[in-house]
Parts: sequence; C-alpha cells; structure tokens
Amino acid sequence: MLLIKCPYCEEERPEIEFSYAGEAHIVRPTDPSKMDDTAWAEYLFIRDNTRGVHYERWYHIHGCARFFNAVRDTISDKFIMTYKMGLPRPADVEIAKVKE
Amino acid sequence: MKNFRKTGRGRIRRARLISFTFDDRQYQGFVGDTLASALLANGVHLIGRSFKYHRPRGFLGAGSEEANALVTFDRGPGRVTSNVRATTLELFDGLVAYSQNNYPNLKFDLGAINDIFSMMFPAGFYNKTFMWPKSFWDKVYEPVIRKLAGLGPAPTEADADHYASLYGHCEVLVVGAGPAGIAAALAASEKGDRVILADEQNELGGSLLSNPEARIDGQLAWQWLDKSLETLWLRKNVTLLSRTTVIGYYHDNFLGLVERLTDHQGDINPASPRECLHRIRAGKVILAAGAIERPLVFAGNDRPGVMLASAAQTYLNRYGVAVGDNVAVFTSHDSAYETAFDLSDAGVKISSIIDLRADVSEILLQQAHERGIAVLTGTVVCGTKGRLRITGVRVAKFQNQKVSNGTEHIACDCLLMTGGWTPSVHLFSHSKGSLKWQDDIGAAVPDMANENTLSVGACNGTFGLSAGLEEGSIAGGGGNPFRTEETEFGTGQTWQTLPTNRDPSRIKAFVDFQNDVTEKDINLAVLEGFKSIEHVKRYTTTGMATDQGKTSNLNAVQIASKAIQIPVQKIGLTTFRPPFTPTSFGALVGHRADDLFDVTRKTSIDGWADDNGAVFEPVSLWRRARYFPQGNEDMHAAVARECKATRNELGIFDASTLGKIEVVGPDAAKFMNLMYTNPWTMLAIGRCRYGLMLHEDGYIMDDGVIGRLADDRFHVTTTTGGAPRVLRMMEDYLQTEWPDLNVWLTSTTEQWAVIALNGPHARKLLEPFIDGIDLGPEAFPHMAVREGTIFGVETRLFRVSFSGELGFEINVPAHYGRALWEKLFNAGKAYGITPYGTETMHVLRAEKGYIIVGQDTDGTITPDDAGMSWAIGKKKPDFVGKRSLARADIQAPGRKQLVGLLTTDPNIVLEEGAQIVATPGQSVPMTMIGHVTSSYWSTTLNRSIALAVVKSGRAQTGSNIYVPMPEKTHEAKICATVFYDPKGERLNVV
Repeated sequence: MLLIKCPYCEEERPEIEFSYAGEAHIVRPTDPSKMDDTAWAEYLFIRDNTRGVHYERWYHIHGCARFFNAVRDTISDKFIMTYKMGLPRPADVEIAKVKE
Repeated sequence: MKNFRKTGRGRIRRARLISFTFDDRQYQGFVGDTLASALLANGVHLIGRSFKYHRPRGFLGAGSEEANALVTFDRGPGRVTSNVRATTLELFDGLVAYSQNNYPNLKFDLGAINDIFSMMFPAGFYNKTFMWPKSFWDKVYEPVIRKLAGLGPAPTEADADHYASLYGHCEVLVVGAGPAGIAAALAASEKGDRVILADEQNELGGSLLSNPEARIDGQLAWQWLDKSLETLWLRKNVTLLSRTTVIGYYHDNFLGLVERLTDHQGDINPASPRECLHRIRAGKVILAAGAIERPLVFAGNDRPGVMLASAAQTYLNRYGVAVGDNVAVFTSHDSAYETAFDLSDAGVKISSIIDLRADVSEILLQQAHERGIAVLTGTVVCGTKGRLRITGVRVAKFQNQKVSNGTEHIACDCLLMTGGWTPSVHLFSHSKGSLKWQDDIGAAVPDMANENTLSVGACNGTFGLSAGLEEGSIAGGGGNPFRTEETEFGTGQTWQTLPTNRDPSRIKAFVDFQNDVTEKDINLAVLEGFKSIEHVKRYTTTGMATDQGKTSNLNAVQIASKAIQIPVQKIGLTTFRPPFTPTSFGALVGHRADDLFDVTRKTSIDGWADDNGAVFEPVSLWRRARYFPQGNEDMHAAVARECKATRNELGIFDASTLGKIEVVGPDAAKFMNLMYTNPWTMLAIGRCRYGLMLHEDGYIMDDGVIGRLADDRFHVTTTTGGAPRVLRMMEDYLQTEWPDLNVWLTSTTEQWAVIALNGPHARKLLEPFIDGIDLGPEAFPHMAVREGTIFGVETRLFRVSFSGELGFEINVPAHYGRALWEKLFNAGKAYGITPYGTETMHVLRAEKGYIIVGQDTDGTITPDDAGMSWAIGKKKPDFVGKRSLARADIQAPGRKQLVGLLTTDPNIVLEEGAQIVATPGQSVPMTMIGHVTSSYWSTTLNRSIALAVVKSGRAQTGSNIYVPMPEKTHEAKICATVFYDPKGERLNVV
C-alpha cells in the first residue's frame, strides 16, 4: 500500500484514503461544440499508457476530498511528487531532481 | 515399533509423551516436535502421494520450504485445513492428521497407475489430451482429473474460527530470527527505535536451532540465543513475533504478517482468534530470511527417504531424531559434510558420502576418515531403489565429464542430498528489488532495492555464521561485536540435471516435487518452442504448486537455461508473488466476516420495518425493505396488496436512501446547467425539476428530482446507489475544470430521513400536521418544494411522485425519521395506510414508465434512447455530455430505444435480461435486437408489463417481437412506455 502525500493536507497518508482519477493535465475544451469528432474523441478517450514517468490525478476521497496531481513512476509505482490542481506540469529537470 | 529418537539431542521437551494420530494410527511424540519429526522418530517416512503420478513421497525438508509432506490437519468440524506442511505443523496431545491424494490408502494407491503410464502425462498434457469432445470436459475429464490429480480436499463446512487484524508501525522490521536477524535486531533496538522481529517458526533462532555446536562470544549457540532473546525481550521498544510469517512485502515498506495463535494448542479456546494479520508500516526493513537448500536432480530423487541434508541435521539437532540407521549422503557442496559428521557423531551409520566433485577439501576428507566414513569423490547417483522407502542407490564414477558404465549398489535407508543453496529472495522480490546472478553460488541475490531495505546473511548470499552476524549487526546500525567458532560453510557446485549412464528418456528426475515436474518436462517444453522462463513455468507448471517452487525454481531455471541455450544470468527468474507461504482466507478477512463482511447502511426507519416483518434486500450498501408480508403472503401476494392500497388509498414508503446533495453558492444555477442536461436558470424558487445527468460520453449516468430552495441553493436528489459517484463527478468538474465557480457541494444523504406518501389520501393525511405550507393544489402544485414544519419539526416538503399517484416526499432531520413515520402510520390507519417496499415501488414506477438508471439503462443509453430528449436544455451552449450526443454513432439510426412490451399471453411475466428477436424460429445464434430491462406483474392492470430496449424500437410500436426462452418463445407487442394513466390525471386528484 503506497503512501501518498496530499498537497492540500500536507501529509503522507495511506493509499486507502485516496482514489485514482486518471491521467492529469487533460483540459476540457472550453467550447466542445467547435470540435470535430476526431478531436473530441481524442479528448474523451485517448490516454497515454506510459511506462515510466506518468502524470496523474488522485482524489483524497476519505480525507479533504480534494483532487490533486501527481507524478508517478509506473515501473516502480513510486510517487515522485504531488502538487496542487492548477499548477503547471513539472518540468523534466524538476522531476529528475526529486528522483535523485 | 523402532524408535529413532537420539538421547541428549534436540530441543523437544521429553518430560511427557504425547499422542497423535496420522491416518487413524496412533503414535507418540513430544512437545516441541513437528508432525514430521514425530513421525520420523517413529520411523515413518511415507507421508503422501505425489500430485500427478501418485508416487510415494517422504519428507524433503524440515521447514516451510517442504514440497512433499502435505497433510490434512483435522481439528474437528469447521476446523479442517488441507495441504498443511507436516514439517511446520507443531505437535500437541491429540493432534489428528491425514495423508492426501491416495485411494484406497497411502501404501496401496490405485492412482499410482499414472506413474506407469507417465508417458501420457508430459508437460502440457491437460492442453493436449483433453481437447475433444468438448462435452467430455465437465462430465468426464474434469471430475476424473480432480479425483486423481490434486491436493487435499476443500473444506465443506464454514470456518468455525475467527481471525484478528492489527496495524503496526516501527522504525525497523527484521524478517527472520536467525543469527543475522537477531544481530540486526540487537543493534537496531539499542538506541530505542521501535523494532519488530518476526519469524515463521515457533522458536526464534533460525539456523542456530539446528547448529548447537557453534560458538558465539565463547558461548554455545543455544546459550547465546537465550541470552540474546532475553536482551531483546527486556527492551520495551522490541516486539518479538514467533509463529509469524511475513507473507508479503508491499509498497513503501508496508508488509503483511500472519501470526498463528492457536493451531499449536491442544485445547481450542473459542474466544481466541486463530490467526492475526499484522499490517506493518516500517521505516526500514532488514531481510534476514536465510537460504533454502537445493535438491539434486537425478533419477528417483523423490523416493521416501531421500531428503535435503540440512533437514536431516535439523531433525537430529533440533528434534533429536535420526532420519535413518544407514544414511548415504549425495552432495556437490561442502555443507553436507557437517550433517554427515553430526549424524555419525550421534551414532548413525553413514554408509558413504557420494560427492559429484573430483576435488574435495583435504580437511573434510580427513574429518570423514577420522569417523570412518567412506567418501566417493567424482561419483554420481544414477538411480535409487525401494518402493515405499529407499533401500539403496546405484552409483557410477563421473570423471572427465563422463559417467562410467559400471554401477555399484550402496545400501541405505536414507539418502541426503545437497545441490547448493538458494538465498530466499522472495520478499525482496515482492518489493520490486532487482536481482543479480552470483556465479560462485549459482543463485540470484538481491541487487538494487526499490524500498528502504537491506538483505543480510544467507538471503543476501552471505553464508556462514560469522559473516551473517556481522552483516546483520551493521545493517541494524551497529558494529561487529561477535567472535565466533564454527564449521566453515564451504563451497560447492550447482548442477542442472545430473549426468547419468542410463537412457535419459527412461528415467524420472524430479525438479518440482509438489507438481511432479521432471527435467524431461522442462526440456520438452523448450523443444516445443517455449523460450521464456515464464512460459516454461506455466506450460510445465514448475514452481506453480503451493510451495511456489522454493526448492525447485533454481534447478528449473538452470535446466531451462541449458535447453534454451541462454546463459542463466540472462534468462531471469520467474516472478515471486505474495504470499510467501499459503495463507488462510480467514487471516486475510480478519474481523470482516459474517455481519461485518461489509458495511450495512440502515435508515432511521429501518428498525420499524424490521419490527413489522419486512423482507429486506441490499441496494448498494443500503438494506431496504423489499415488501411487508402479512400472514402467509409470499412476495407476489404482498406486492399485489401494497400496489392496490397505494393506487386506491394510501401507501407509505421509506425513501431515505435517496442520495442528496446540497448545491449552494452564487454560481449554483450556472453549475447545475453544466452538470445536468436540463436548464436550471429559469427554475423558480420553490419548484422542482427532473434532472438527467450524463457522463461526458453522452450516456445516462444518474437522475433525480431537484428542488430550488433559493436563488443560490438546490436540493439535489440522486439514485440510491449513485450518490457517491455523482458527488465525485460534481467535485471533479468543480475543482478541476470550473474552479472559478463559487459553489459548495455537501452530501446530505444521511442528514434527511425521507418518507414518501403516495395515493389519493396523501394530502388528507398530511394536511393537519403541517405548519407554514399551504397544501392546496394551486398553492402547492405537482413538482414543487416548500419549507415548513410537520409536528413542529422542520421539513422540506416535496410534492413529487414516483408512483403516478398524488405524492409527497417529507424530508425531516434523520433522527426524527422513525417518530414521524410512526405518527403518520398511526394517523393514516383511518385512510387504510399501507407500508410498501422497493418491490412495489418498482412495479408502480414501471406502470408509469419511469426509468431506473442502471436497470433500464446500462451505460450505453443516451437520453434519446430512453425517450427523454425532452429533458435536454436545447438552448444551453454546453453541459457534460452534450458534445458527445452529436457524435455520429449516437446520431446513427438503429440504436436501441426504450419501449414498452405487452405479452400476447397476459399471464406471462418475461424474464428481466431476456434477449429479444424480430422473428421466431431463427437458427442459433439468433439475431438479437434488444433485451428486457424491467418486467413485472401489474395488479392494477391485471396483466404483465415490461420495459425493454429494442433496436429502432419506437418506430416499431404496434409490431410483435419475440423472446425465446428455453421452454418456449414468447410473443409480445411493442407499445408506449407508460402503461397506466398516460395523461397523468391521478397526480392531481383532490
């Protein structure tokens, strides 16, 4: 069972308090009606299936009930970092630094 | 019966003899014995029959790695455990155990015919042999295979025991209480850190228990052990857990430990849990799991009496049992000599030491010579003799890579073997640590750790007492304070299949004893094209038995590596997975059995329903009253009565389980516009609207009536099962897509008790008790909500209906629920008030064509499919799911649409889920055009009704469709979804 640091609670809590919420940084288009079917399908269905560094969302469902973002290594399953919703995707160098 | 007990040896308590039975025969042993050691003391080596070939088998080992000696442990009804390793089963007075997988008995087993016809059972024989005819599988092959091949029987009764679970935290968890583990725990606990030391055995000590002659700091091993354990015991920061197996090593140093509490006790204390699962989060994990001795792969290596050398040493030194009178030793490693010398010193005749190696250390040869033991170097065992027990071995010279033709027979009643040592890297691998191949020991050892963990001692490939103590102590943060005197561990060679002078196709050299896999099977798998070790494993089943190949994996990997011609370093190991040893379901379940299996949510009115004979059904986590039978009524009769009463007089229903979410804030209406298909901006305060929620993919996700209490406040209801996911989706969009909206969401499901009153008398009953709300039909129309009081208690009163009758839903704070229910029920007797349950609710709503999301929809139904395009706010620029409704596939003709069905025979109630076809009498497979979603007997209409989804269904209104069932094909006519009161006049009865 993983330990996950909720960036809002600022605490490491066991995985059972959380719920996975899919890939991160997929923004809902501001005007979906302007999109063609292909672009809409891309938004709706197409996700990365990354081996390695993955950006994903988690939901502190049995805690503060906040959604947040995380960088996790899908090989080791380890969380590299978590950060608040709305913050930009961390740069590779930043991730590499934490991984050190 | 001959006694193989040796005086002056062992840690058993000889003060009192205790009795036990094995296969209905009584034997005697001592406290401190295992079933294995006690049977061996009685001269019993034959313990079971093998999995596939039913070959007689004896004890291979002395611990949890045991592959052969599986027994059924019987402690009475509800306490029968099969496949227990006799080598770990602690003896107590009155213990009862049975052998497995034999008929009619262990000594004469009819299934042994499999052994003679073994050419019929090569690798993958299930896949190859039992292919055809298909119908034979469940009637012939499967029952026969089940009977012949297998392990112990599954228990037939519910488990009579209960189980506990605990969470624990520590700075250091040490796994394995051998010398390295104890040294680690001593060092780690010195400064006050919380340390847990866990070991699977009943006694802590590991290899020291089998090695009393060694000296540490001038003390004999057992003295040092006692003193060290006492030191640890006295430290308040140390927890010692014996009989505790670390079954799995999970992420972030989270480990599962199963502690066995009662299986070793003669008297069962029903108050005590049988096992306890410890879930431990550790700062650091020190693995000191030891190593497992490896068998040699040669013809007849599985006969009773052939065992690992270290096991014989354990039986002698720990249990005071000699494994035979005339013991031969076959080895490729120095470590076997120590066992031979121990046995010899205890007065057991060593017929010879057969060593594969041409060069053996002079010191060992000298020590053997001193004891009068013959050592045959450069010699290989080519076969064994004896049916139920080994009587001798055939040996041949092995020189310059060639086995000579001549064989010599050596008599023995026991053959000990050592093919090297395999570090126990299981837990390290669970934690996703990587391994590296170490050539000098022919095994994989830990390489890169994925967690904060250190492997010490033999599990790290560090053999020998002194080296293990040092590594353990340093890992625990200490130095190396130990001085030791020990027999040098020595070196050895590892082999694949041993060379032989016999025809390799005619011998059986076992690799995996428990699954009866021979080296031939592995070679055959490779020959047939399996090149990955994971595939070889699955095809041959090597390493897939309950022991997970603890003794066999390394031999299997080396044989496969040779056959595939890939160096063993590159072929990799198969994946180790938890649990380390077989674990009871009870331990994993813990307290969460029976009534505690899952959460049962109950409404505040549940107790009244219980008191009044309700039959309940689970609805998501809720338990809901399904119907209220009177006298001898069955469900059909009760539901008919409840429906009739509600339509004609008055029904009362507990609707408290409805999900409720309070949506509040200046942007509440804007948010509702985005979340639901319907328009909310113009909804007047005090009015309600049916809301439809879609997933972003355009399919119906949830529905419910939503009331507007203020400009900035909505009382949202959801389906009973849907509330959590609706709230989650709302939170998701609010937090991540529209964080600029000033809206707050609160789950209020459990804040409100909800009583639904339905029927022509509903208003009459309610009116006298309400203050602050005008219930008149004009002042309080259908689909309106008011706040006021009922019996002086604040209420949110909805005029809504899920039955088609005049209806009210009275929300009061939850703890008033039952009191209100009782007051209304008593007052309602004047109007023939009838409590009804979910079944009647379902019938009444189906008569009106109201859908239930999840029953009439299945995640592929759009609003239009459900005939609810009216619920879509056409002018809204956007809402969740809107764009998807414009997708080509959702716009395409031929989609399944919700329709009503009336069977030609009104007495036929169709089966929900039944498939629908356009024409009867098609050949199988028929072309299916839809299925029945809801189907009931309607007392109101005195006939059956059904809802269904049918391809282009609405356009086919009036046509017949067919529902083929095993006994008969039913005909039905497609009709509108509303069966009763289509104009809705009954909603407005005065």
